[in-house]
Amino acid sequence: MTSLTAKDKQTVKAFWAKVSGKSEDIGAAAVARMLVVYPQTKTYFSHWQDQSPHSAAARKHGITVMMGVGDAVTKIDDLKEGLRELSELHAFTLRVDPGNFKILSHNILVVMAIMFPIDFTPDVHVSLDKFLAAVSLALAEKYR
Amino acid sequence: MVEWTDFERNTIQDIFSRIEYDVVGPAALARCLVVYPWTQRYFGGFGNLYNAAAIKGNPMVSKHGTTILNGLERAVKNMDDITNTYAELSVLHSEKLHVDPDNFKLLADCLTIVVAAQLGNEFTGEVQAAFQKFLAVVVSALGRQYR
Repeated sequence: MTSLTAKDKQTVKAFWAKVSGKSEDIGAAAVARMLVVYPQTKTYFSHWQDQSPHSAAARKHGITVMMGVGDAVTKIDDLKEGLRELSELHAFTLRVDPGNFKILSHNILVVMAIMFPIDFTPDVHVSLDKFLAAVSLALAEKYR
Repeated sequence: MVEWTDFERNTIQDIFSRIEYDVVGPAALARCLVVYPWTQRYFGGFGNLYNAAAIKGNPMVSKHGTTILNGLERAVKNMDDITNTYAELSVLHSEKLHVDPDNFKLLADCLTIVVAAQLGNEFTGEVQAAFQKFLAVVVSALGRQYR
C-alpha cells in the first residue's frame, strides 16, 4: 500500500528497541494465537507431532518468526533487498499463501496491545501496521 | 442462522459486561481514525482531526465512539438474530451515511486491539476467536442491506 515515511521508520525502531527484549514471548504468543483464532493456518504445520498452540514446536516457530521481524527492522531502509533470501525461502520452499502474512501480522499487533498497552499507542500502531505490511510485501516479492 | 457455542455466548456477554462503553468506544474509534486515516472522510463535521492527540481529545469522536458501543450492545442482546436487529442500521449506513462496508472491518480490528489491551492476558486466543466471530457477524449484518 503506502511506503514507510521517515517518521514510520523512527517510530518502529524506537518501539522495537523497547519490546525486542520480549521478542521470543511475543513471537510465541502471536503464533499460538494464530493457530487458535485462524485454525486454517494449522495446515502448514501438519508435520508437527504436537499441533497444539503452546507446543515446543509452536513456540520455536514463534521465536523464529520474530527473529525475522527483528532482522527486518535493521533492514527497514530496503526491505525488498534485505529480505530477498527469506522471500525465496517462502516462495519456493515454504509456499505459504501470502494472505497468511496479514493474519500473522494482525496477531502480532494484538499481542503488542496485550503486552504493551501503554506504549502501543495509535501512532505506534499505524507505523507498525505499515511496517508489517511492507515486510509481508517484501516476503511475497519472489512468489511470481 | 449463526450457531453459537455456550463458550462463545458467555464470552461475549462477559466482555460487554466488563468493558466501559465510554472508554472502549472512544478509544476504538480514535484508533481507527489514526490507523486508517481515510476513514476520516465520514467525519468532516467533527472539527479538528489533525493528529492523534487532536483525535483523542475530540469530544465529537468520544461521543460517537460511545454511540457505536451502545449500538453493538443491541447485537449482544440479540445474538440469535443480529441480521434482523441491524436491518435498519444497515439501511442507514448505506442510504444515508454512504459508508463503504469495508470500513466496518477496520473499526472491528481496532475494537479487538482496544479490548485486548483492556483485558490483557484474559484475552486468550479462545476469547479472541469468539470476539472476532461476533464482530464478523455484526459486520456482515451491517453490510446486508446495501444495494
